[in-house]
Amino acid sequence: MRVVLAEDLFLLRDGLVRMLEAFDFEILAAVESGPELTEALAELEPDVAVVDVRLPPSHTDEGLQCALAARRARPGLPVLVLSQHVEQLYARELLADGNGGVGYLLKDRVLDAEQFIDAVRRVAAGGTAMDPQVISQLLSRRAQDKPIAGLTPRELEVMELMAQGRSNAAIAGQLVVTERAVAKHTSNIFAKLGLPVSDDDNRRVLAVLAYLDRG
Amino acid sequence: MKTTKARDAVVAGAQGLALALMALVGSITAFVLAVVSIALIPIGVGVLTTPAVLHLVRAHANQRRLLAAQWSAVRIPVPYRPFPSDMRTGITGQVERCTLMLKDPATWRDMQWLLVDMTAGAIVAILPPALILEGIFGLLLLAGLWQPIVEADGTYWYSFIPVDGWGTAGLAALLGVVWIKVALYGNQFLIRTHFRLAGSVLAPNREVELEQRIGRLTETRHDALDTSAAELRRIERDLHDGAQARLVAMGMNLGTIEALIEKDPAQAKELISKARESSAEALTELRDLVRGIHPPVLAERGLGDAVKALALRLPVRTEVEVELPGRVEAPVESAAYFAVSEALTNAVKHSGADRLWVDVTYADGSLRIAVTDNGKGGAMIGTGSGLSGIERRLGTFDGVLAVSSPAGGPTMVTMEIPCALS
Repeated sequence: MRVVLAEDLFLLRDGLVRMLEAFDFEILAAVESGPELTEALAELEPDVAVVDVRLPPSHTDEGLQCALAARRARPGLPVLVLSQHVEQLYARELLADGNGGVGYLLKDRVLDAEQFIDAVRRVAAGGTAMDPQVISQLLSRRAQDKPIAGLTPRELEVMELMAQGRSNAAIAGQLVVTERAVAKHTSNIFAKLGLPVSDDDNRRVLAVLAYLDRG
Repeated sequence: MKTTKARDAVVAGAQGLALALMALVGSITAFVLAVVSIALIPIGVGVLTTPAVLHLVRAHANQRRLLAAQWSAVRIPVPYRPFPSDMRTGITGQVERCTLMLKDPATWRDMQWLLVDMTAGAIVAILPPALILEGIFGLLLLAGLWQPIVEADGTYWYSFIPVDGWGTAGLAALLGVVWIKVALYGNQFLIRTHFRLAGSVLAPNREVELEQRIGRLTETRHDALDTSAAELRRIERDLHDGAQARLVAMGMNLGTIEALIEKDPAQAKELISKARESSAEALTELRDLVRGIHPPVLAERGLGDAVKALALRLPVRTEVEVELPGRVEAPVESAAYFAVSEALTNAVKHSGADRLWVDVTYADGSLRIAVTDNGKGGAMIGTGSGLSGIERRLGTFDGVLAVSSPAGGPTMVTMEIPCALS
């Protein structure tokens, strides 16, 4: 799988390259600034881009802006955004076009290599990978709203993982239950939230987020 | 366009009438009372009455200052010297108060203003309603009103026109139209002139103004230094007890791992996972600390999006409206952000509201932020309240805080900070 990487701190960039290569990714380019990233995304046509939010020269949210611009130019271009902090505001911007293939993770998540690689793969495949922090913030905020309050604790757990972008199989693995049990939970959740059932991972995340967003 | 102009002229007319009444009734009464009271000082009675009367005069002047700002956007500074905080009570206190007030040059400017207000001020104020009424009267003359008037008194002089028939009534109406035209274009100007006149007499001279400014700057500089020193202490403590301690623990774990890795690989592995947890926790703590010093979104996106991001994290539903044509200067941006953050936290904690609104706009060289909630109200700026903290924070930038919070709500906290946009 071909990756373009953008990260301005040398140590982290180097570490990420090593890690991705160890998991058989092909690094097309590892750049350190916004303009370089824009160029690389336009020319190299990677399968997935892993991008730090804050990049030179502006050292603001240049990476995020480049990624959003690249996705406007090439809808559905898979982009995994990494950040030192996660904000719902940015998560919404990434999800806004509804094309899927986006991820938004705290940089800490690279500490767990396997989960991180799993997230990169999921994004590359057109799914989503939302940081658990974004999701738990959303859920705790909306917990007073009625439909969510109607969920059982187990269903909430399933919904949290679902909103992060996990497949039923992954959720089943994490919660140590059968996949059928998860499927039952998800259909219960959709019923309680009044959402049409769909097998497509990405669409169901968007549905959940859209619901949470509706506030 | 035409209708708004007419409405403005009529509003100005009503304002003029109110101002003229205030000038004629209020100012004359206040002036007479003040003169009598001051004259009675030698026999002692005045000492007791003067402070009260002068407070009345000040309230009267402040009322006009307020109206000047509200009706014509004319700002007249409030120049009274503050009383010392350790005023004595009883008769001695009263005497002290009396002398302090008489020594304050602002008191004597107030007296001058009362004289100007009851003469020139009143005349300027009465013109807007007079123009409108006279104009309408001219039109009424043409409508036939001249007939009964002339029958009763003979020729009626409307300004310089002797009205004695339809022809001259027509001329009168024409003149009336002219008056109304003048009112349309001039009424608001006249009202503003009234306030400017008051401002020119009431405004302190440069020296007093500078004195006040220096006092205020000293005070806000103290506050700023205190706040930043406290902030540094907090950061130092947080680093020392938090991230730093965790990194030390991590180093220790790594040392143990080094020793164990061949003897007891299972335990070494366990320690490695502990070390990883420690590093994750240290990161979390550092992140929280950074958020407290300078929130990342603020650095990345500026005030508008930072407030929006803040609102998203609140447990109460919050609507944010931002209208900023550019980015605010960095120090102001940061102060404003933390002020909003504190106001919102206050609202969430104390108001019992289930909806919040934040409005951020920029106009006339000032950043304006309003935080409103639909809670139970009763918020006050006072010692120890979060609102005083905000006030101090804004004071460093010459910013002001106003709170409107009647019991039963809603509460509206407004902040205004003069600043430039980039």
